[in-house]
Amino acid sequence: MTARRLSSGGEIDRSRPLTFTFDGQTIEGFEGDTLASALLASGPRVLGRSFKYRRPRGLYGAGVEEPNISVSFHDAAGAQINLRPTMQPARDGLALRSDNTDPDAAHDRHALIDRFSRFLPAGFYYKTFMWPNWHLFEPKIRAMAGLGTVDSALTGPVAEQVNHWCDTLVIGAGPAGLAAALTLARAGEEVMLIDDGSRPGGSLLWREGRIDGKDGATWLADTLAELNRLRVRVMPRTTAFGIYDHGLVALNQRHDDGTPDTLWRVRPTRTILATGAIDRPLPFDGNDRPGIMSAHAGLTYLRRYAVLPGQRITVACNNSTGAEVAAAMAQAGAEVTLVDARPDAAPVAGVHNRPGRIASTPGRGAVSEVVLEDGSAIACDCVLVSGGFTPTIHLYAQAQGKLGWDADQLAFVPRTEVTGQTPVGAAAGHFTLGATFAHLGSTLGQAPQAEETQPYAITPAWPDPQAKGRIWIDYQHDVTTKDVALAAREGFTSVEHLKRYTTLGMATDQGKTSNIAGLALMGALTGRDIPQVGTTTYRPPFTPVPLASLGGLETEQRMAPLRRLTLEPAHRAAGATFGDYGGWLRPACYGAATEADQPARIQAEAAMARDSVALFDGTPLGKIEVIGPDAAEFLDFIYYNTVSTLKPGRCRYGFILSEAGIVFDDGVLVRQDENRFLVSCSSSHTAGVLALLEEWRQDRFPRAQVHIHNATAETCTLTVTGPRARDVLLAAGVTCDDGLSDEALPHMAMAWGSWQGQGLRVTRVSFTGDRSYEVSIRADQAEALWETLHTEARRLGGGLLGVEALQILRAEKGFIMIGKDTDGLTRPMDLGMTGPLRRKKTEFLGRRSLWQEEAQRPDRKQFVGLEPADGAGILPCGAHGIDTSGARPRSLGHVTSSYHSPTLGRPIALALIERGAERIGEVIEIQHLGQRRRARLTAPCAFDPKGDRLHA
Amino acid sequence: MHIYTCPFCGPRPETEFHFGGEAGNDRPDGDVPAQAWADYLHYRQNPKGAAREIWIHLTCHEVFVMTRDTVTMAAQPGEPIPSDTTDRGDA
Ligand SMILES: [Zn+2]
Repeated sequence: MTARRLSSGGEIDRSRPLTFTFDGQTIEGFEGDTLASALLASGPRVLGRSFKYRRPRGLYGAGVEEPNISVSFHDAAGAQINLRPTMQPARDGLALRSDNTDPDAAHDRHALIDRFSRFLPAGFYYKTFMWPNWHLFEPKIRAMAGLGTVDSALTGPVAEQVNHWCDTLVIGAGPAGLAAALTLARAGEEVMLIDDGSRPGGSLLWREGRIDGKDGATWLADTLAELNRLRVRVMPRTTAFGIYDHGLVALNQRHDDGTPDTLWRVRPTRTILATGAIDRPLPFDGNDRPGIMSAHAGLTYLRRYAVLPGQRITVACNNSTGAEVAAAMAQAGAEVTLVDARPDAAPVAGVHNRPGRIASTPGRGAVSEVVLEDGSAIACDCVLVSGGFTPTIHLYAQAQGKLGWDADQLAFVPRTEVTGQTPVGAAAGHFTLGATFAHLGSTLGQAPQAEETQPYAITPAWPDPQAKGRIWIDYQHDVTTKDVALAAREGFTSVEHLKRYTTLGMATDQGKTSNIAGLALMGALTGRDIPQVGTTTYRPPFTPVPLASLGGLETEQRMAPLRRLTLEPAHRAAGATFGDYGGWLRPACYGAATEADQPARIQAEAAMARDSVALFDGTPLGKIEVIGPDAAEFLDFIYYNTVSTLKPGRCRYGFILSEAGIVFDDGVLVRQDENRFLVSCSSSHTAGVLALLEEWRQDRFPRAQVHIHNATAETCTLTVTGPRARDVLLAAGVTCDDGLSDEALPHMAMAWGSWQGQGLRVTRVSFTGDRSYEVSIRADQAEALWETLHTEARRLGGGLLGVEALQILRAEKGFIMIGKDTDGLTRPMDLGMTGPLRRKKTEFLGRRSLWQEEAQRPDRKQFVGLEPADGAGILPCGAHGIDTSGARPRSLGHVTSSYHSPTLGRPIALALIERGAERIGEVIEIQHLGQRRRARLTAPCAFDPKGDRLHA
Repeated sequence: MHIYTCPFCGPRPETEFHFGGEAGNDRPDGDVPAQAWADYLHYRQNPKGAAREIWIHLTCHEVFVMTRDTVTMAAQPGEPIPSDTTDRGDA
């Protein structure tokens, strides 16, 4: 144990100790610790394993950039996996598990893989896909991959989502963000200030600086107090992970009490990017060992959490910020050596100054010594490295901002204007308080004053293509300089190819510490400079976002609510078994105590409907009114069939086609009076038909002449069907203006009527082939009518009919269900409806398509009936009719509906079969899952082909 | 999530809208040659940059024309489609 907790200082509350476990080992910390700071202070040095070579790893960072360590735990909200311990508050009682280790981080059984690393070059997976055989490696690789185990059984609480607006969203509450928020809030703007850390302050929480004559901590406290007075919403633990079109910024807010994260969708007028910068590693042999840490992470652990990361610390840097780190470590009691790569670096008091660069770290496991390029060695238990700052410009780049290379600061910085977005501070390439506030003053017109410290100065320290040893570029994905060199040799020199071939920057840290070094090396290998190599595309999310947060409340019923029937209580009382039919919860059948009872009940209901009478809830059937002087002309255009010749009070069955000539929907059209039609459409298709009607009405017809109104939800439609249907209506007391005689109300007619003083509409159409009446009544009156009809039906030996039995009845008659008996290629002629195409005079939707070569082909799949010709049971739905005359069987089409008919006492089926209409009577082979059957092609209608029962 | 502006309702989230096709793709009525019909049915300009499109606002059913930039995704406010000028109405 080399790191230790200091007795004073930091944000931690020493009066509130806490403990948790890591891979079974007890870790002690304090309130205010992150999991990482507590682990650093009292835990093992090896906290994880690298993804590919299973190298032992310790903490590198202190924030979102952490590439090495991820952990999982369970809490009240469920399995929390693949978490950066640097971003999680320490909580008493947690049981942490290191990700991707077996059995634990300290004793990983796959650690030997590192010895064979030369057999696992970049592109290893791609190469094994080709040769010798990917499947030899797949099980092992899959078992070792992954970061944590998803608890798939857990449903858990769902996360909240918030939509929000503000004038300005300031992302990053460091000095630049705080100053920007203050300026804009003082000017009266509604400002939202967010930060991904546990508290606002940014670098003020760990770096020195004086602002407006105050020390950083005092200025921070004063600024937060004023922001509070100005009602600025300050949100810590909140990461802006993506910027999307039309100014949408997505935030993920973490809560430290274990409640699920909250997703915020914010649409600010302006976004200020004060997202700071991330410190890069330095390239040397063995630069991934435990004990090697970012210098600014080390300073963060020291100043925020009072953890001194080592006793003998080497601070290695190529820039001016190493001095503060070295001095702070020495002051806290460590023996410090500063290895500054800048030849002109000023010596720092209180530390050993050793200008130069680290070449290697000898030995195995955690770092114990560094060897400089001049060959001298320094014993140490901790190396703090600073390779220079990389501005965090992900959100700017996501918004299509173009980056430019700043050759003085060795960083990509924003170069072009992005509308509504202002990068400031380190994100804009201003790495000191002085530079930050000078830029802020010129951008926003007002900024604090910083007492200028030394300017930022840096010398290049890019990976050397000639350097010996194993030099890590991407810690998490184990990409070394050798892998980049291999990619260059094999021709993967473009930055996007480099990324995919080596997986550089593709780990969960998205290359926050590694990308720039990788492309600098590729540049050196291919004779290009860094801006010529360019960067890969920045895509959201900036950090991993829990799926629960993205999903929010939109799960199951909240995402796709089932539509419920007005009469659902009545159906329940009658013992209905419910099913989801096109988004509606409808009675499948009645009176089935168990699932095993259902087939018999369905058969009985169908038989009853044929024998006497049945009552069916047809409410979900779409009912759209089309009204106005041009309504008939409009519907002539919409429908395949001619509508304008229909007499008032009469109904007609018809198709709506798409412009491609495909049957889009079918249904009965009622002409209620001269200028008033009722379009009925499939229950699940109402919204689509409505949109189609509106689009053509508004695009092609005078709007004032046609009006469309969706009346589906206004009425309940109760269907009475069967030989005794009229008797039920009469007994129930349903009356029509001219009576219910067949003269007054023949098949395919409608009439206005009443029941107990309540108006209703009776439409005599049939989906069963028997005499049927559809009674539509105001929804709030429907239950009483339903009960009365039910009572009268029972008295006549009838009862209730569910959706399943209705399916049998309509299939016996060869009536189609759109989308079941038709598909995306079915034209009306394929269904046997050729009349309108030949006879209709006026233009209609899809007409020209029906004359195209494809629509007129003689070998089209046509709608037919099928009757098993092998004495076996019902044909499987989806089975293929096959042509066995060729060398290989060829599909002729498929079975679309198949049932046992209680009426006929035999199986029936409907199908779409090639040239079906001209092959009626032929026997074809049917194939399903390797089984062969035989069936005879018949007319679609298997029962009462003349339709006598409609009038019986 | 894009924000589109319905001429009737004002700005609303994109999930309330349904794409209706490219504007200006006039329907050729009658027995036009197969090629002309295929052009209408299948061929689109698909411009890079400003695209004129038909959209329908599903909550109010307004059908309108919107100019949307296919590169920047910027969407101009919707314009009512001009068919109203053909209204016979009382005039
Ligand atoms: Zn609208």
